[in-house]
Amino acid sequence: MKAAVLVFPGSNREGDVAQAIELVTGRRPNMIWHGDGDFEKTDLIVVPGGFSYGDYLRCGAMAAQSPVMAEVKRRAAQGVPVLGICNGFQIVTEAGLLPGTLMRNSHLKFVCADVHLKVETSQSLFTNRYQAGQVIKVPVAHAEGNYFADAETLKRLEDRGQIAFRYCAPDGTVDGSGNPNGSINNIAGIFNETKTVMGLMPHPENATEPMFGGTDGKALFEGLVESLS
Amino acid sequence: MSKSAMSAAPVKLPNEPAITPQIVAEHGLAPDEYQRVLSIMGRTPTMVELGIFSAMWSEHCSYKSSKVWLKKLPTSAPWVIQGPGENAGVIDIGDGQAAIFKMESHNHPSYIEPYQGAATGVGGILRDVFTMGARPVANLNALRFGDPKHPKTRHLVSGVVAGIGGYGNCMGIPTVGGETNFHAAYNGNILVNAMTVGIAATDKIFYAAAAGVGNPMVYVGSKTGRDGIHGATMSSTEFNEDSESKRPTVQVGDPFVEKLLLEACLELMATDAIIAIQDMGAAGLTSSSFEMAAKGGLGLEMALDKVPMREDGMNPYELMLSESQERMLMVLKPGREEQARKIFEKWELDFAVIGHLTDTERMVLSWHGDIVGDIPIPPLVTEAPMYERPWTLTPLPPVLDAAKVPAPKDYKASLLTLMGSPDLASKAWIWHQYDHLIMGNTAIRPQDGDAALVRVPGGHKGLAMTSDCTPRYVQAHPETGGRQAVAEAWRNITATGALPLAVTDNMNFGNPTKPEIMGQFAGAIMGMVEACTVLDFPVVSGNVSLYNETEGRPILPTPTIGAVGVIDDIAKAVGSRLTKAGLALVLLGETKGWLGQSLYLRELHGREEGAPPPVDLAVERRNGDFVRGEILGGCIVACHDLSDGGLLVGVAEMCLAGGTGVTMKLPAGTAAPHAFLYGEDQGRYLAATDDGEALMAAASASGIPAVLLGYAGGQVLVVEGLLSLPLAELRAVHEAWLPTYMNSAA
Repeated sequence: MKAAVLVFPGSNREGDVAQAIELVTGRRPNMIWHGDGDFEKTDLIVVPGGFSYGDYLRCGAMAAQSPVMAEVKRRAAQGVPVLGICNGFQIVTEAGLLPGTLMRNSHLKFVCADVHLKVETSQSLFTNRYQAGQVIKVPVAHAEGNYFADAETLKRLEDRGQIAFRYCAPDGTVDGSGNPNGSINNIAGIFNETKTVMGLMPHPENATEPMFGGTDGKALFEGLVESLS
Repeated sequence: MSKSAMSAAPVKLPNEPAITPQIVAEHGLAPDEYQRVLSIMGRTPTMVELGIFSAMWSEHCSYKSSKVWLKKLPTSAPWVIQGPGENAGVIDIGDGQAAIFKMESHNHPSYIEPYQGAATGVGGILRDVFTMGARPVANLNALRFGDPKHPKTRHLVSGVVAGIGGYGNCMGIPTVGGETNFHAAYNGNILVNAMTVGIAATDKIFYAAAAGVGNPMVYVGSKTGRDGIHGATMSSTEFNEDSESKRPTVQVGDPFVEKLLLEACLELMATDAIIAIQDMGAAGLTSSSFEMAAKGGLGLEMALDKVPMREDGMNPYELMLSESQERMLMVLKPGREEQARKIFEKWELDFAVIGHLTDTERMVLSWHGDIVGDIPIPPLVTEAPMYERPWTLTPLPPVLDAAKVPAPKDYKASLLTLMGSPDLASKAWIWHQYDHLIMGNTAIRPQDGDAALVRVPGGHKGLAMTSDCTPRYVQAHPETGGRQAVAEAWRNITATGALPLAVTDNMNFGNPTKPEIMGQFAGAIMGMVEACTVLDFPVVSGNVSLYNETEGRPILPTPTIGAVGVIDDIAKAVGSRLTKAGLALVLLGETKGWLGQSLYLRELHGREEGAPPPVDLAVERRNGDFVRGEILGGCIVACHDLSDGGLLVGVAEMCLAGGTGVTMKLPAGTAAPHAFLYGEDQGRYLAATDDGEALMAAASASGIPAVLLGYAGGQVLVVEGLLSLPLAELRAVHEAWLPTYMNSAA
């Protein structure tokens, strides 16, 4: 699998996701500078976490207008898989590749903590190494992860199976107790209609080694390798 | 510019006031200090020159009250690459890698404007570390707030924590550890001490000493604005009721720009274009340019009109004294300006050649072609005031007889009181606001061990790091307190299995012109000197913050010790989590039941009395070396040093961290159970092991006092005959205090 990781001014988790990809593929992904609208052909595009452009406008809003994102939109339309993590989720949402928006956390503070996620489906490039209903533990680290979509959009996402992960209790109960930011319907991650674009707030790339946060996030990258190699 | 240009008398700028005694006093210069200025200059200084002397000779920049004492600290060891005097200390951690670290205070600004004060404190210490060529890998912070009941405390906690998080999170550097205390002595003067640890290659370390006559001086980073003018002078005086009107002297941080500056500097450092580099911190362009020229034994000509400016109408005085953030000064190799400019332009940062080095040893400042300042550099440094201020040592208070301290009527209630008290309650509300996981190298997270543990990128080594001080001990007896702060830092690193290597000290004290305050400083240093010497734990960097007083009331003397250690194989490190039933819990080190200055005495009986627990450094070292050996040998699988609150609090913390209960009993014949359980005797560890007998035998063979207390298991903490406390109840109390406090109305 050939992967590309975008780098914006202010990105800061690009190294973490590059490390996770290297761990499962044995090769370093290409790091693509935000001004580069013409990068090499690739099997997967990752939009990483961070504070692109300082997040001084609405999170992700400026990055969504960059030359590289114009190219990402073109390739996504051709079916090239795109994974947006945290600030990357905000960016792909702002770019219109995914519906809805990420608002300020309901408690108004930055939160860095392990959370439990319920895998909603194994029927995707991103989740095929998980079982539907499986509970995994990965961290979050954000101040604006409160997913919101209007009722109609939400219904469409739910009806078409476009929810990838939901925040849950350690035993898998989805009752809001495990929701770190107030996201509607406890949504932690979603797909586009073709399930070739996924955005999520949690950081699977920070859960790939036993001593450093556990390994529950590793299967996401292994699943991608299996599908895209 | 030729040499003749500099001999011209500086021109007076339009509207420049005449220098009066009042203006001198407003610049914080004592009359005799001003006489010294006149004799160095041979004439009345211009305003910008006066401002430069004021900043350079402020307590903050000159260390004039503390220097004679700081010189006594041990600063060398075979693994020390750079001791105090540079932007940060540097130690060799093997494999061609160096750890670069320092702790620095931002106390006064954080009290005046907590968010920006704390944020720029983090920004400043990060720059100190990456200026030297290191990529920062971890942040820590030591915070001291006033009484929780004080009307400002909640606002200060909220702002400081948000500021630290706001800056560090955006920079993408994990904030992995620290400490937070509350005491009424900090009501009007909180402490915000921030520490950064970075990693560099030992052959790619950058220093401040300028070299090469004619070489360009380059300014990079943010534009200069009017913020923070005279911050260094402000932080060198006591607070009074007018201090809050000084809010405009607090700088405003922009972590996004600092992130760009970090990446741009590291990119340029990967080339060989830089000769010297220095960040603009306290006293901004003044101190950075003087330090670079003075260290290189050179002179400097700077055209201040070339400095990138944020607003119109700025003058040389403001440009030299602004503390605008996210700026760096560099000396480049000749002809490398364009290479450097390209990198900074890629990162959308300002880049300007503002001057060049000369052989005159003078700093000559020009403004649109006119000379506005001309100061000889060596006397400004060598003739800076240095005071051996009168000092009176604090006498050792009488030792408190533990037998005269009442035992609790209800042990369970007493433990819950302690675990829910402000100093011991969980600080999760704080550290969950800090990204402590970014970079993917955090092996021991906050609350899971005595020190934070971070993998060194690209290998199997780990760096353990901690920050420690017990101000109530220092207040009671500064020598003991100084010794204890160093010993506890050493112990915390040891408890992970890492070898403690070096220290950065952040000395926070009151007004040094008062002999009893200077005596606290002197006493703390004496204790630190002893401890650093016996424990082979040199001081490689540090910072002094004096005048921490409001309306004449000083803070508790707080010599915060930041420390770093290394473990060659991170897989062998341990935390303090008790995760498995059946583990034996062994107490290592001698327990006499020292209740003087204990939290038990303060929280249960409202008394802050007695001598603090003594620290026997030889015993400390023996016990620690034993514990480290047993961790690396695999016998000890979880470890926790005993400090605030004593043994029972230590056991409770291990239970909560790992989610496993303990059933233990007191040694036969324990005369005063409350002294045994809550005494704060030093040099002790709690160790969990699969083989209690083997650990007891090994301890006995090494002459270490040891008690097999009991075994892990279940979900209850039981001390036979005294208490039985379900972990759920303990956790609820431990975790509730801080969020409840922060969420309640003032």
